Amino acid sequence: MHSSRLTGWALQAFLLLNAIFMLAPLLVMALSAFKTNAELFAAPIAWPEQFSLDNLRLIWRETNFPRYMLNSLEVTAAAMAILLVFATMASYALARYRFRGRDLLGLLFLAGLMVPLKLAVIPLFVQLNWLGLIDSRLGLVLIYVAMGLPSAIFILTGFLRGLPHELEESARMEGASELRVMWSVMLPLARPAMVIAGIQNAVPIWNDFFFPLVFITSDRLKTLPQGLSVFMGEYNTDWGVLFAGLTLSALPLIALYVVLSRQFIAGLTSGALK
Amino acid sequence: MRPGRALWIGVLLAPALATMLLFVVWPLLGAFADAFYSFRGLAPDRFAGLTNFQDVLFAEPWRSTALQALRHNLVVFATLLVAQNGLAFLIAFALLHALPLHRLHRVIVFLPVLLSAVIVGALWKLLLHPLFGAVNAALALLGIEGRPWLGDAQTALGSIMLANGWHWAGFPALLFLAAMQRIPREVFEAARMDGAGAFMILRQIVWPLVAQATTIIFTLTFIGSFNWFELPYLMAGLAGSPGGATDVLGLFFYRTAFGSVSSGLQDFGHGSALAVLMFVFLAASSAVALRFLRRREIEI
Repeated sequence: MHSSRLTGWALQAFLLLNAIFMLAPLLVMALSAFKTNAELFAAPIAWPEQFSLDNLRLIWRETNFPRYMLNSLEVTAAAMAILLVFATMASYALARYRFRGRDLLGLLFLAGLMVPLKLAVIPLFVQLNWLGLIDSRLGLVLIYVAMGLPSAIFILTGFLRGLPHELEESARMEGASELRVMWSVMLPLARPAMVIAGIQNAVPIWNDFFFPLVFITSDRLKTLPQGLSVFMGEYNTDWGVLFAGLTLSALPLIALYVVLSRQFIAGLTSGALK
Repeated sequence: MRPGRALWIGVLLAPALATMLLFVVWPLLGAFADAFYSFRGLAPDRFAGLTNFQDVLFAEPWRSTALQALRHNLVVFATLLVAQNGLAFLIAFALLHALPLHRLHRVIVFLPVLLSAVIVGALWKLLLHPLFGAVNAALALLGIEGRPWLGDAQTALGSIMLANGWHWAGFPALLFLAAMQRIPREVFEAARMDGAGAFMILRQIVWPLVAQATTIIFTLTFIGSFNWFELPYLMAGLAGSPGGATDVLGLFFYRTAFGSVSSGLQDFGHGSALAVLMFVFLAASSAVALRFLRRREIEI
């Protein structure tokens, strides 16, 4: 869209101001990670006198930070693997076959989009306790899979429904089994939708704080956001270390985002758009 | 249908369906059932009828805490709806113009959305620190005297909302942008031929034509505001300090269900009653709001 020069300048100025608002806190965070406490307390916004790696080194060597990061990685990877397999299977059935009760099932999964699962945390607690899954990473993984299924099924069913029937039919004519048709003919075509559904769920799972807060108590099992909150309490007078911890926690997703920003934006906003 | 085919479909559906039933449907039904029981520890003790609901709504100390928390949730909802989404709308409108650097601006606007609430909460808590925080230091450069933003009951809730706006504004911004990009170019050109300025175009064309996105954003803001938990928990603590000035229903629910730092007592009966009330309130109000908002929507 074109605009008059004056409007253009005004809008550009507004966007620049907004960019400063968005980036300044992150810049302060990243720079502070390399400062000593004395520097931080003397001048909160200043270039570091010398880029000291002491804070980062302390975190890596003397805290459970690497453990937390590994836990988050394991929980997210396991939840994503199970989620994508379950969601793809169910979506394939809903999108490519006609059977009785299909619409009802579709609605059931869709209704899950509306449920804030946080409000069911008490019965979830009782149930996981009964299954012996309190303070276990498996318990978290199962909750994340359940939480992610509705949106993943929504995206994948929509996509799979749009694929043409000809390929499938010709493979069947040649005598391929249903499993073969699904695995070798249809699913390779669904990869873009899987990436979208994957990103949409991986980010909130990686970032989740609420469920670990309720379900995980052992320090060695804590995920990164939860571990970070513990760490913020333990080192609350050592600001350099705090900023370094925040920077390290933010780094993995920001690095991925810089490379794949288009996919991230599409993935995270697609659940809300038709 | 051949029996083999039916079995195959069943196999495809079973894992997802079982997970949903076990970890969404069953707990949700459980939440409704639990609300009618008094608990001893983790197990329902005896049937309590409507006592839990009556307590939470009408008996002290629950009543005044619940009312205060609800009031804060309403303030948060109204403020975020107008300020956070208003900012998002302007950002989207600015991005629509394909100015130099607009791709970079788009990436920057969405960057904080990726961060976990823990990073955002902890970072802003440090930035807002009265003595060593960057916010007061920046204000001092401008000759403005700083304040203990999170320690003062006047500014605490507003400060947490500011952090929330920083975290989330990019999300509605890009939803608005996607909706604006679907408006045909000719509409803008025709308006400009008729001599409409930027403000007129915004009011008379863009705003009504992005109604579908507005509906979605309204609903997300509503549900998000009433489920607000992470940021106040991380920035103001479980009690909503100072002195309950930042207490919201999410914190109250968590304290009631799992015990506060000082008491440490679980009370699943009253907690469930609160959860059920919040759930019914959210479901009923979103249904009403959706009916109303859908009417303004125009198909492009």
